[in-house]
Amino acid sequence: MGAANVDKYKSNGSTAGDLLEWVDARFPLMALWNDHLAKYYAPKNFNFWYFFGSLALLVLVLQIVTGIFLVMHYKPDASLNASGVPVAFASVEYIMRDVPWGWLIRYMHSTGASAFFIVVYLHMFRGMLYGSYRKPRELVWIFGVLIFLCLMAEAFMGYLLPWGQMSYWGAQVIVNLFTAIPFIGPELGVWIRGDYVIGDATLNRFFSLHVIAVPLVLVGLVAAHIIALHEVGSNNPDGIEIKKKKDENGIPLDGIPFHPYYTVKDIVGIVVFLMAFSVVMFFMPEGGGYFLEYNNFFPADPLVTPPHIAPVWYFTPYYSILRANTVNFFWIDAKLWGVIFMGLGVMIFFFLPWLDRSPVKSIRYRGPLFKWALGIFLVSFFILGYLGMLAPTPGRTLVSQICTIIYFAFFLLMPIYTALDKCKPEPERVTG
Amino acid sequence: MKKLLITLLWVPLMAFAAGVELHPDKAPDRSRDHAALQNGAKLFINYCLNCHSASYFRYNRLTDIGLTEAQIKDNLLFSADKVGETMTIAMRRAEAKQWFGAAPPDLTVIARARSTVSYSGADWLYTYMRSFYRDDSRPTGWNNTVFPNVGMPHVLWELQGEQVIGADHKLSLAKPGLVKPEEYDVMVGDLVGFLTHIGEPMANFRKQLGVIVLIFLAVLFVFTYALKREYWKDIH
Repeated sequence: MGAANVDKYKSNGSTAGDLLEWVDARFPLMALWNDHLAKYYAPKNFNFWYFFGSLALLVLVLQIVTGIFLVMHYKPDASLNASGVPVAFASVEYIMRDVPWGWLIRYMHSTGASAFFIVVYLHMFRGMLYGSYRKPRELVWIFGVLIFLCLMAEAFMGYLLPWGQMSYWGAQVIVNLFTAIPFIGPELGVWIRGDYVIGDATLNRFFSLHVIAVPLVLVGLVAAHIIALHEVGSNNPDGIEIKKKKDENGIPLDGIPFHPYYTVKDIVGIVVFLMAFSVVMFFMPEGGGYFLEYNNFFPADPLVTPPHIAPVWYFTPYYSILRANTVNFFWIDAKLWGVIFMGLGVMIFFFLPWLDRSPVKSIRYRGPLFKWALGIFLVSFFILGYLGMLAPTPGRTLVSQICTIIYFAFFLLMPIYTALDKCKPEPERVTG
Repeated sequence: MKKLLITLLWVPLMAFAAGVELHPDKAPDRSRDHAALQNGAKLFINYCLNCHSASYFRYNRLTDIGLTEAQIKDNLLFSADKVGETMTIAMRRAEAKQWFGAAPPDLTVIARARSTVSYSGADWLYTYMRSFYRDDSRPTGWNNTVFPNVGMPHVLWELQGEQVIGADHKLSLAKPGLVKPEEYDVMVGDLVGFLTHIGEPMANFRKQLGVIVLIFLAVLFVFTYALKREYWKDIH
């Protein structure tokens, strides 16, 4: 950002050039362009995993734009219409049928929600593979975890809006978790819902939060995430700092300008992503019942509890952790332990930069201990996710308890096994 | 003790899925058969649309399955004045609740709602409409193996006849109806095909558009990949 006051744009005499000079004298347009795109030097060895950052940004824009159009026709109203259907539920079907291209916009938004989590989970896993959270990128990581938290809140509140059975009972289950907090719990539950049960008041406030409050915070955090990243520079699959080796102009030897190199590369990634996205959106918009739950095509009915309440797939690993807590312990109710561990399960990501004591960042140069730990962690995360979709049985609960222990052990034992691990030497320069 | 604890703790959050898994018969695919869908529309309007609404579906969307607005107006418009209206009913919900125990649900998206990971909603409906049997212990005189103790009587009984349930829980036709069992299955297939259609009337168009979009993206991929190759050729 230091260059903002030096290299101001000089016109080449054309009208467009004159206009640009006029603007640049009054606004750091060229400085922003250069700092973040044309003269932001990214490592030249980004691989497949590095597509998911720009894809996450794409999905964010997609969700905001489709969301704007959905809000034009959606009605957050839980009262019943003449046919006995909640107005909110009926307005979604109105969008699907009577709004021109409404079905496409709605499916984009619903598919986008799942796509957002797929992309963000892969983006986070990339960070874990290559140690992208390590010094000097701790703040990049922390902003990222905050984005993840916001995304969870955004998805949870958005899921209430269609006002189907799963919307209603899912929200009922999650808001009831807050009532497990000692002393203030029951009042807190009423405060969140605005009522004693999920109702019209809840629908209206979740609509407001989903459409205004959380997206505003989300966009701000994404800006902070990118500004912090561009301040310290991107990590790469080798986990070495390209800024250590610079040429006479101060440009990293292994760096290439983000624009045009990574803009043209990311466009290819975007096209491939849009193909996968289109396959789901046009040919299986319900995603086999995992992206749009079938039971959610029944309008919300406060008097009929569904036999099986499962959250959408992206919450299921944490739902499993919640349900794995079945023992009252230290005078604290098992349900509260569940809430605590579910919260810790997300919060623990904040501490990752300080839990990792390895001399190297990238998995390429780590020893077997970390590779095994990450592999087992990944498997248990998938098992937790799978079990979270199913009704609990004693056997399944036991498996999810074991996986919960593995989940936390991965983080809590990290200072030990990363320090003991036999790492390979890092290269001086990035390898292909 | 621990098992008990686990059960007790999670019952309020998550009841166990109902004991016996249902294995419904496979419903025939009528999605591109306009004649069958029109027959399904006729059956739906004659037999279902007195107690059940399809309140997100407009009569003039029947043009999607090959009917003209004049045909709709002359043959199918019993409870509405204009073809642009949705399929609503005159029965009051409060009264319906008194008569049947529960107000009959809106059926516009019932085929989507009844789907599960293991079978489609069409399969469920197709089996349900063929699983009514005589049961004098029920207020309506009818019961159903797919939906036990359902509030709905067997509306198509004249067509199907009367089934009874045996000691082996198998259904058999005790009194034949106006049509043969095979013909009844075809009729129910048409009706369920229509319910599937109104659940997502744009489904066929959605798939057609998807093919075009994927072809476009495949072509775009070739160009964007070539562009990337061109820019990156001197990066080693």
